[in-house]
Amino acid sequence: MAVILLLLSVVAFIIIQLPPGDYVSAYIAELETMKGERMEEAEIIALRKAYGVDQPIYIQYFKWIRKLLRGDFGISLQWQRPVIDLIAERLPLTVMICALATVFTYAMGVPIGIYSAIRQYSAGDYFFTVVGFIGLAAPNFLLALILMFLFYKYLGLSVGGLFSTQYMNVPWSVGKFIDMVKHLPIPVIVIGTPGAAALIRTMRGCLLDELHKQYVITARAKGVAERTLLFKYPIRVAINPIVSTIGWTLPWLVSGGTITEIVLSLPTTGPLLFQALLKQDMELAGSIIMFLSFLTVIGTFISDILLALLDPRIRYERST
Amino acid sequence: MKKEKRKIGAEEKFYVATQWQLMWRKFKKHKLAILGGTILVIFYVLGTFCEFFSTQDLYKQHLGYIHAPPQRIRFFHEEGFHLRPFVYGLKRRLDPRTLRRTYVEDKTKKYPIYFFVHGDKYKLWNLFPTDVHFFGVKEGTMFLFGTDKLGRDLFSRNLYAARISLSVSLIGVALSFVLGCILGGISGYFGGRVDMAIQRVIEFLICIPTIPLWMALSAALPKKWSPIKVYFGITIILSIVGWCGLARVVRGKLLELREEDFVMAAKIAGASELRIIVNHLLPSFLSYLIVSLTLSIPNMILGETSLSFLGLGIRAPAVSWGVLLQNAQNVRTVALHPWLLIPGLFVIITVLTFNFLGDGLRDAADPYK
Repeated sequence: MAVILLLLSVVAFIIIQLPPGDYVSAYIAELETMKGERMEEAEIIALRKAYGVDQPIYIQYFKWIRKLLRGDFGISLQWQRPVIDLIAERLPLTVMICALATVFTYAMGVPIGIYSAIRQYSAGDYFFTVVGFIGLAAPNFLLALILMFLFYKYLGLSVGGLFSTQYMNVPWSVGKFIDMVKHLPIPVIVIGTPGAAALIRTMRGCLLDELHKQYVITARAKGVAERTLLFKYPIRVAINPIVSTIGWTLPWLVSGGTITEIVLSLPTTGPLLFQALLKQDMELAGSIIMFLSFLTVIGTFISDILLALLDPRIRYERST
Repeated sequence: MKKEKRKIGAEEKFYVATQWQLMWRKFKKHKLAILGGTILVIFYVLGTFCEFFSTQDLYKQHLGYIHAPPQRIRFFHEEGFHLRPFVYGLKRRLDPRTLRRTYVEDKTKKYPIYFFVHGDKYKLWNLFPTDVHFFGVKEGTMFLFGTDKLGRDLFSRNLYAARISLSVSLIGVALSFVLGCILGGISGYFGGRVDMAIQRVIEFLICIPTIPLWMALSAALPKKWSPIKVYFGITIILSIVGWCGLARVVRGKLLELREEDFVMAAKIAGASELRIIVNHLLPSFLSYLIVSLTLSIPNMILGETSLSFLGLGIRAPAVSWGVLLQNAQNVRTVALHPWLLIPGLFVIITVLTFNFLGDGLRDAADPYK
């Protein structure tokens, strides 16, 4: 855990340092264009010293880390506000959407997978197989575009965003919350669909494997009720590999979520990251990526612990 | 009697068939995979010879036909059936109030389609100058997929885009293959601390959400770079994450095979380590590698498309499916001109067919089952 977090910070630092030139030069250039006058040489040197750009890279890194630990993520050049405030505003919404998308993925994937396996080769099975394949093959943003297009063309609705205009810049209230709930389904469906599609296929495959095993036949021969039989044995076995990969879905969701959020222009971290990258506002971009990855790592960690609690056979012992 | 003889012959053939022959036999049974493979071959041929198959030049603008809808290829005219297909001409109307351009088919104008017509000049692969196109009209215009906001033919642009989108993924996968094989091989064969370190790195890379990382890396590519440089830059960025899955497969298989009896036998017979790896281990898991590669191509295509769609990947004047989809960013534009979504259809078909092909290969990879 700790090592991964440390590595994450290194990656974020590399991203911040990636664009040619350092951010002080960018800052100076911006100040000059804003004020329309040249800066004094002494001033520039003072600025460079203040930001520590003249020091070797590893010292800059340690300084940056020390600032991070104190909760200082630098200032966004584009917004002229502390990075941490910007992220704090938007991150909760991202987390909420990702959490809802996870719930959607499993709520859709597992039951449909079970249905497809039990009624193999039925019309419903074929229908969900086709839907599943398309969900798997269509990139998130395309799905978002197509949904937006359909809604606009046939319902005359302009979807996108998370709030209606009248609630855009007002503090939270019951009305705003209801408004948000109305806007939520589309992003959640778009982000959750590819995962759900993959899940349907895995669940169907695993369950089909189990259904042909002898213990199912034995149970059936003994006269166990079909429903009890299904839910008591094969489904519990088949669901195991799915539970054990919960941790993997999270990076996927965050990744797909970012691009969906940009297309739907939600007030979350995705568009913020995009804007920051376009404007080369690397302090902000690096921090967002670090936070996103950080949350993913924590989510994965939690799911691992849950898994160990659920399935007593899994033990994290050091094997030799 | 005769029948039985043939049956035995077939059975014997099964026993003497090599591993690859068995795989091919099993693969042929997977209908979807065969279909997928065929479609992919067609796509790759279209992409490779896109100058020849396209009807027009990539940048040619028809200012009289901005956002023109796709023209349908027809066989039936008022007088009846025509063996030679043709398209109707387009007539433009300007709505006086909304100032919107609409196009209607002009049934008086008929442009027959010919094979191997002389059209815009081009150089195939920048080497062979010619002006022969696979098909086209001799007079008038033909826009099979409509035109974009600059009046450029989207059919031709889609073919040119296919070349870039399809080749990015292939080169990216080739890079991942090299990285994955080397690192996975080292990890699996030597084990111990090296293995530990490489596995941790892989776990770490898998933890990072890919699209934000790709976005940040490709945003850092200098704006002044030429399209070719950007193209290779994007490929490298895509393969930074791509090799992890492959390295895991290689390592897993190596660990499994290392304990097999035939490796022990080879060791006792005095074979060198290199010989064991190349002659005995590699053929045993090459099929699994191919499967894993096939299934990792779709991710690359989706990654490239997403990046280019956001304007962070391949940049105009180069075209890829993602670049073409940029035109469809605005819902209102799409609602008026739905044919702008056609590149998305290509992406979906390609990804689907790669998945089908991968499924078929996976079944075939273990022919003894």
